[in-house]
Amino acid sequence: MSADAHRFTGPAPRLVTAGVSLFAESVAAQGAEVGEVDWRPPMPGTAADLARVMADPRRRPANAEALSRIFGAGAHLVDVLPAGATLGLADRDFLHAGPPIDWSRASGPLRGALMGAAALEGVVERPEDAERLFATGAGYSLDPCHHHAAVGPMAGVVSASMWVFVVEDPATGRRAYCTLNEGLGKVLRYGAYSEEVLTRLRWMSRVLGPLLQTAVRRHGPVDLKAILAQMLQMGDEAHNRNRAGTLMLLRELLPELIDSGAPSADVAEAVRFMAGNDHFFLNLAMPACKVTLDAARDIPGSTVVVAMARNGTDFGIQVAGTGDQWFTGPAQLADGLFLGSFGPDDANPDIGDSAITETAGLGGFSMAAAPAIVRFVGGEVADALAASRRMYEITVGEHPMYSIPVLDFRGSPTGIDVTKVVRTEILPQINTGMAGRLAGVGQVGAGLVTPPAEIFPKALARLAQLAQPAEPG
Amino acid sequence: MSSEQVLLRQGLYADSVTLLQVSRQVGQADGVQAALVGMATELNLDLLAGMGFQPPGAESPNELFIAVRAADQQSAQAAAELAEQLLSAPRRPTGTGAAEQPPRTIGSAAASTGAGLALISVPGQHAFTEAMDALDAGCDVLVFSDNVSVADEIRLKDAAAERGLLVMGPDCGTAVVGGLGLGFSHTLDRGPVGLVAASGTGAQQVLCLLDAAGVGISAALGVGGRDLSEEVAGRSTLAALRMLDADPGTELILVVSKPPAAPVVERVRQAAASLATPVRFALLGPGQPDLTQATEAVLTELAAPAPAWPSWVAEAGGSAAGPRTGALRGLFCGGTLCDEAMLIASAELGEVRSNIALRPDWALDAGLRWPGHLMIDFGDDALTQGRAHPMIDPSLRNRHLAELLADPDTAVVLLDMLLGHGSHADPVAELLPMLAGATAPVVVSLIGARRDPQQLEASARRLHQAGASVFTSNAAATRHALSLLTPGGRS
Repeated sequence: MSADAHRFTGPAPRLVTAGVSLFAESVAAQGAEVGEVDWRPPMPGTAADLARVMADPRRRPANAEALSRIFGAGAHLVDVLPAGATLGLADRDFLHAGPPIDWSRASGPLRGALMGAAALEGVVERPEDAERLFATGAGYSLDPCHHHAAVGPMAGVVSASMWVFVVEDPATGRRAYCTLNEGLGKVLRYGAYSEEVLTRLRWMSRVLGPLLQTAVRRHGPVDLKAILAQMLQMGDEAHNRNRAGTLMLLRELLPELIDSGAPSADVAEAVRFMAGNDHFFLNLAMPACKVTLDAARDIPGSTVVVAMARNGTDFGIQVAGTGDQWFTGPAQLADGLFLGSFGPDDANPDIGDSAITETAGLGGFSMAAAPAIVRFVGGEVADALAASRRMYEITVGEHPMYSIPVLDFRGSPTGIDVTKVVRTEILPQINTGMAGRLAGVGQVGAGLVTPPAEIFPKALARLAQLAQPAEPG
Repeated sequence: MSSEQVLLRQGLYADSVTLLQVSRQVGQADGVQAALVGMATELNLDLLAGMGFQPPGAESPNELFIAVRAADQQSAQAAAELAEQLLSAPRRPTGTGAAEQPPRTIGSAAASTGAGLALISVPGQHAFTEAMDALDAGCDVLVFSDNVSVADEIRLKDAAAERGLLVMGPDCGTAVVGGLGLGFSHTLDRGPVGLVAASGTGAQQVLCLLDAAGVGISAALGVGGRDLSEEVAGRSTLAALRMLDADPGTELILVVSKPPAAPVVERVRQAAASLATPVRFALLGPGQPDLTQATEAVLTELAAPAPAWPSWVAEAGGSAAGPRTGALRGLFCGGTLCDEAMLIASAELGEVRSNIALRPDWALDAGLRWPGHLMIDFGDDALTQGRAHPMIDPSLRNRHLAELLADPDTAVVLLDMLLGHGSHADPVAELLPMLAGATAPVVVSLIGARRDPQQLEASARRLHQAGASVFTSNAAATRHALSLLTPGGRS
């Protein structure tokens, strides 16, 4: 191409066209190869901002840098620790999923999870009593997980006595944290707070956390990216399907658990718990994605999304070139299948930090690797292939480690580019669980969802403000 | 003496089948005696030792090793590089379903097809974004779209320069690249002349005259009508000159432009003087050669003397019928053709009113009406908003033509008609009904190549049979139209 000085006078070039079809047809009629773009206008009102950002000379190198940092960062499980000391949480400090929110705007499942956590920490006797405390707006703190290098699935509530996985990039020492997965159905992260829920959480802090800590410390660092890469070859997309990942983790840790000297009954219960929960690995996939994406933060000029997160009310994104600013819009309702007799009216809008997997090229972006879960939306395998293919249109690169077998081992689409989303109006495809609308209900289903479209023009407008003037002349 | 290379790589993962394929391909490379590429599992490291290699000190089975033994160090290194390349090569989708979803951006289309050239004709406000994306994807770009700001044009051309690419346009109507006609263009032979054109219809005139003379072209690179303005400063013209100079098949380069900015032309002339390939200029302006004369000079230089440019002169409208009193009325699709006709006509007639007037005080008002001599460019931006270019849809021009033919003050009508790719499939058919009742003589500049789809010769004959005088040189057509006016109608 550019290296060939004779490219205009040699054989007919390969051509791509966007716009008037007449010209593509005319070239095709002359016998040349033409790739015609299915061009459509960008999101309304964005043309000037797009031009400004596209003209920023930093954009291309900055996005290449973002991608190289995402690909270059490692993600090793190095420890399991209590959240309180690790994240500096006192008993009235709570973390939650998504962008910042206060109690008055919090959705049912987030309220339910906070009430359960308050009871778990002994701040109140019964979860119901916590409503009054939270409603006063004082005497406690509420902060996004993302502001503490952490991620939480669904409500994502983290409180002091919970235990967290510690995931580290060995090259930089950068860390990310996530709680241990509680299983499905009536669980705190879906907003359930019954005694059954709290009893399980207490057992996790008393038995499971310390056992895993011993096992991980005996084993040494577990390379989570290597597991994620293999999961895609085994039908997991690491968001709604983590079956192979969970088994691979067990394969690593089982010998250390058995050999740890802990009572065999505890070991058996812990293994039974993990093996019985196909989503156990989700809480490792998430911090693995978080630690690699955090490596790409704060690159001036970059249009790559480094976080997508929802708190059940708002959907927010953060972008490499715009610091810690959140661009938010209303969280959407997922389209999917419901458990038991639940229906669409029972579902809460989209919630959780788990969209960090999509941000890293997994989850909905690698849907083609996990055809088994297309049935969540009554779709067919072809829909999974189409969904992943569509995501290549809005990403800057293909992951060198995460490859999708059915797409001829093409690397997963990685690095959502704000400009491409705005230009194509293709929204990121997210696989998700659905929480009940009311506090205390728990999970009601699972399905597919997208961010609200308006947050991308908002992020673009900020990028345009920050764009460097490309000096003509 | 054989040479060994054993490398370790982190952060790469490939499934075992891929690794087997890579190992096999590397093993078949020139000079290679043995090769193994694999993940550093115990099994693979044993295998490596069994092949006589010194296993690398891998810390984890998630590292990837490349081991090569070859006849010499050069081959070993080349083979190791091949392995790296195969492992990092982006995999293009090859499955049967790959074509199910058409690409949505120029960048994505270029990446999936490996295209080297992008043609952009989206609405002007979006053209910069697509063009920049195309440059990012490593494509040369032809921007057909107009309404791109000068600042954005400069940004695009500077970005292209950094990447060693060429931006043709914005508002580039014509190019011929690798034998392909892009935008409005023609079916032409390959040959020794390279064209750099800041004028679409000007380039079309020159290309078609060369074709009539049996001389082919190596390429015609449009650069956009503003490229030789002071602001844009010939950025694409200079780049295009260098690119054509590097082509051994291009024996002579011709730069075609509407009236350009003098200091810029001076800079371009200086740059041209330093090239190995001779560069000639066809720059319209008062006292300058017209496009036909400039083409004739080029032909002479190439020792391919200019033929008598084909024409079909109507007997009734010929000079035998006697000169006519009244005004000359020119209706054009091509801005440069209109410019050229005005330059020739005003030298004799003085004032010629126009929507693209040569002098500000000759400007035509928005109604486009004037009792005296006038020439209208229907391809001007103001007359194409929300409407296809008159080369595609001649209806607006034809309405004005009907009005002027009915005007007793119209002494002679001058029209251009452009054939070729992108233009109307049969523009003659649209014009014939209007010629039927015409009392004023009609002179047509018919710009087409011999092998254009609309058939140049047949088109000319149909017009001629309907009473028009037809010329393949716009300058000759203009001079013929002038010859039909009474001397009193002249200055």
